[in-house]
Amino acid sequence: MVTIAAIIYEPGNSIRNKTGTWRTFKPILDVEKCVKCENCYIFCPEGAIQEDENGNFKIDYDYCKGCLICMNECPVNAITKVREEK
Amino acid sequence: MCEVKVITGTSAAAEAAKLADVDVIAAYPITPQTTCVEKLAEFVANGELDAEYIKVESEHSAMSACIGAAATGARTFTATASQGLALMHEMLFIASGMRLPIVMMVANRALSAPINIWNDHQDSIAERDTGWIQIYAEDNQETLDSIIQAYKIAENENVLLPVMVCLDGFILTHTVEPVIIPKAERVRDFLGVYEPKHAYLDPDRPITQGPVGVPDCYMETRKQLEDAIERSKRVIKDVNAEFAELFNRKYGNGLVEAYNLDNADTVLVAMGTVCGTIKYVIDQLKKEGKNVGLLRIRTFRPFPKEDIKDLLKEVDNIAVLDKNVSFGFNKGALGIEMSSILKNKKVCNYIVGLGGRDIKIEDIKKIISHVEKAEDDETMWIGLKE
Ligand code: SF4
Ligand code: SF4
Repeated sequence: MVTIAAIIYEPGNSIRNKTGTWRTFKPILDVEKCVKCENCYIFCPEGAIQEDENGNFKIDYDYCKGCLICMNECPVNAITKVREEK
Repeated sequence: MCEVKVITGTSAAAEAAKLADVDVIAAYPITPQTTCVEKLAEFVANGELDAEYIKVESEHSAMSACIGAAATGARTFTATASQGLALMHEMLFIASGMRLPIVMMVANRALSAPINIWNDHQDSIAERDTGWIQIYAEDNQETLDSIIQAYKIAENENVLLPVMVCLDGFILTHTVEPVIIPKAERVRDFLGVYEPKHAYLDPDRPITQGPVGVPDCYMETRKQLEDAIERSKRVIKDVNAEFAELFNRKYGNGLVEAYNLDNADTVLVAMGTVCGTIKYVIDQLKKEGKNVGLLRIRTFRPFPKEDIKDLLKEVDNIAVLDKNVSFGFNKGALGIEMSSILKNKKVCNYIVGLGGRDIKIEDIKKIISHVEKAEDDETMWIGLKE
């Protein structure tokens, strides 16, 4: 149910409301090519890129909006795009 | 008891905002609205009204400030006209979309170019689809009463929408009439204290207002708005009736006012001050044994379809007067709406009074004799120079 004027009454609701549903292009990060410069991690406007326990960078597709800034910022072209399959 | 003051329409509007005990006023002066916000500035400055008066650099900012204030839970007022209303355009959608019960006085004035400061309805009609309730007043008393009623309508939990109360520029804004000013306590009893449940500022209850409405939910919010403005019809009628009981003045059923409609086979349909002239002509014709009626539309949005259909079901000739025009269709907004709901009737449209052109008694008589002989769907511009 949508609240009146879509007002959001509880904080932290983004855990429930995923923002990665309207992506057209999906960035794919190739861990083999990645030099761990952190550029994508720093530039991602959604904070959708995280470092995993092995020190590899990983994209959280629940929140990635597909802007491809990460792809543009990667110095070694470790990130490529594919069309999102719905 | 009450007091009678001989005042202009803009002063009546300012008195109404004071009586409604508004918390925040944000406004930018524009002819012919200016005297309203000047009066309010005076009320705030001399301590008659305890409100925050925000001086802004444009009407866009005035509406933005009202939206911000209303979103904190404050009772809010502003006023504008013509280009100023046009400049507010994008913010008008935000006020209604956020479901904020802001009340605004609109001093109806023609739009440029050429620059014209006089009256017609093109400015507020252009904002028809912004989700605001629109009430058109016929005189200064109705301006005051409608602004008081507007808060009760806007703040009703089944409505929660902004309301603009429109009055004809100069014809009302700058003309003095005796206006009954109700006692502040009685207005307070009528309106009550505004206690928003959906939108208010409380650090202990953080909320997000005006968030992104992704395709997943946007359409539902639009349907909610449509349902709310539809529900407002009942609320407007109830508020009008309650107001009549307490203050002894009423305006038709709140949505429309019927004048001499019984047995009339020719009826004029119009909004605002021209209705006064029409009533005068109707009374004159009645003495001559001719029965003509007037259906005054008080709320253009919500559009009182059901009442109109019902009241005009026996009428043969319907003449709709419009102080606005939809270019490329050669009809006014009211004419278009009336034709769309009265499909099997003769409805003719008369474009009148643009940019302050006088609408004379002869013009009204000319319209009556024209519609009686006209074919369905004719449009005529009245008062044009040869
Ligand atoms: S595409 Fe945009 S949102 Fe998605 S991970 Fe890359 S920078 Fe972040
Ligand atoms: S920008 Fe490229 S190289 Fe740098 S961390 Fe991201 S994926 Fe790895």
